[in-house]
Amino acid sequence: MKTLVVAFEKDGRIIPAVYEVIEAAKSLGGELLTAVLAADAEAVAADLAGRGGGKVLAVSNPALAHFNDESYAAALQELISKYKPSAVLSPATLYGKALMGRLAAILEGPMASDVTGLSVDGDKLVATRPSYGGSVVADVTAVSDDAPFFVTVRPKIYSESTEGAGEVIVEMVPDSCFETRARVTDVKVESGGSQNLAEADVIVSAGRGIKGTENVGVVRDLADALSGAFGASRAVVDAGWVPYASQVGQTGKTVNPKLYIAVGISGAIQHLVGMQSSQTIVAINKDKDAPIFNIANYSIVGDLFEIAPALTKKFKQELQN
Amino acid sequence: MNIVVLIKQVPEIALIKVNESANKVEFPQGPGVVNPHDEYAVEEALRIKEKVDGKTAVMTVGTDRAESALRACLALGIDEAYLISDDLFTGSDSQAIGKILSAGLKKFGDFDLALAGKQAVDSDASQVPAAVAGTLGLPQIMFVRKFEDIGGGKATVQRMTEDGYDVVETSLPAVVSVVKEINEPRLPSLKGKMAAKKKEITRWSAADLGLDGSAVGEKSGSRTVKVAPPPPRPKGEFIEGETPEEIADKLFDKLRENQVL
Repeated sequence: MKTLVVAFEKDGRIIPAVYEVIEAAKSLGGELLTAVLAADAEAVAADLAGRGGGKVLAVSNPALAHFNDESYAAALQELISKYKPSAVLSPATLYGKALMGRLAAILEGPMASDVTGLSVDGDKLVATRPSYGGSVVADVTAVSDDAPFFVTVRPKIYSESTEGAGEVIVEMVPDSCFETRARVTDVKVESGGSQNLAEADVIVSAGRGIKGTENVGVVRDLADALSGAFGASRAVVDAGWVPYASQVGQTGKTVNPKLYIAVGISGAIQHLVGMQSSQTIVAINKDKDAPIFNIANYSIVGDLFEIAPALTKKFKQELQN
Repeated sequence: MNIVVLIKQVPEIALIKVNESANKVEFPQGPGVVNPHDEYAVEEALRIKEKVDGKTAVMTVGTDRAESALRACLALGIDEAYLISDDLFTGSDSQAIGKILSAGLKKFGDFDLALAGKQAVDSDASQVPAAVAGTLGLPQIMFVRKFEDIGGGKATVQRMTEDGYDVVETSLPAVVSVVKEINEPRLPSLKGKMAAKKKEITRWSAADLGLDGSAVGEKSGSRTVKVAPPPPRPKGEFIEGETPEEIADKLFDKLRENQVL
């Protein structure tokens, strides 16, 4: 097995999900390579090499300052034809999914998306992935080894690789890789003070039970007390109380934090498919028959306007001293 | 402006079951529905047409049953529908579907924009739009939440990111996938439904598209070797108490005990 991990950086730092993919790649054994494409890739390459990335292939060009589907795919195509990995792994982030879908098509390789487990059977890589909103878990393999097997790995499944001795190799690719038709002209951060859902260890989500936009703070406060991210059900987003970026569920984001607290969410299937793989689920709802209680580890039947502030107070008291 | 929306007919996912002994996914009866994410792509195509004029089409790969999904789009005001159907395509993985749709778009001819939903709710892969762009060598912008501008051979869009958005400019033709935030889909009118019933659906086979069955259907590059239901969640418990404070104390202790916090 020769595995190539695709790294992404943001503001001069490798994103945490990359180290999770490196951890996954290490578990497969064999040779490990990591490609990093950036305006100044060498600046972040040493960190990758020191945290288990193996041979770190650094491609630097001003055109790589922002993620670009065309240039990233073209540059990786060069590296893949030079190093001939049997598998190419990337985090299943928005950029990762877009890039790998394209690259697999260009190189006519098989692909498995949003994988939650990787193993080796004989000399074959087996990718385990949920589908049908998590109702099915499938093991997928590549039929031939004519092209690499492309895999995106769901964030927050593997722990981050923290160590390993590697080396940095500066790679040059032809300038034609950077001639693209699409280009990023602006980058906007809109987090609204909360951290991003895909990377959060703790998510606290609001449902219709909060009754109105004026009560969003009750749930946000609880998220803040746990240093967690704030999420929401579709009903809350459709009502305009919370922006779409916070939506968890079928038409929003799929998340799997260590702790998910559902506040005033009844648990329609469309919501459950987006969060049911969370490690520990706490649900607060006034209806004891709410479907969310069927999947919760800890269920609290009660008025969220009493329970949530009590939890906020308790967590603040215990965790912030 | 010529817009082709790539859609998929999907089963009702809440009714999906896994037959573990037969190593098979069992689907509910019934024709299924248009993939919910694709509804936003269809709506956006209609809105762009209303703004800059042009022609809209929907295209899918499927069996005869997928006709109902295409007609649902025609009922909303889409001008043309294309059903790519062949026994050779049965069992295609996402990359294979990308190849087939790419061949379909080539046969379709000139288009400015290929639109699709961000993913299908059955395969949950998010592969097909990027695979089409890769196969056809076109620019791609995935997970778009807004068209700021389109016309004159180019488009400016907002691409969703984990913590905000990128503004991306591209020349056309391009392949764009969209997220729910982009619009609120309309409902069909009775007149639209009636008109949709009478519209012709263009059907293409593998031979029509010059595909010989290699790398598609049973010859897809990936193979599903095993299917299983998700591991069951541990049985939960109710946390009760006389006061909210008591409940909070108990929950905190449980989370501590199990090293969640």
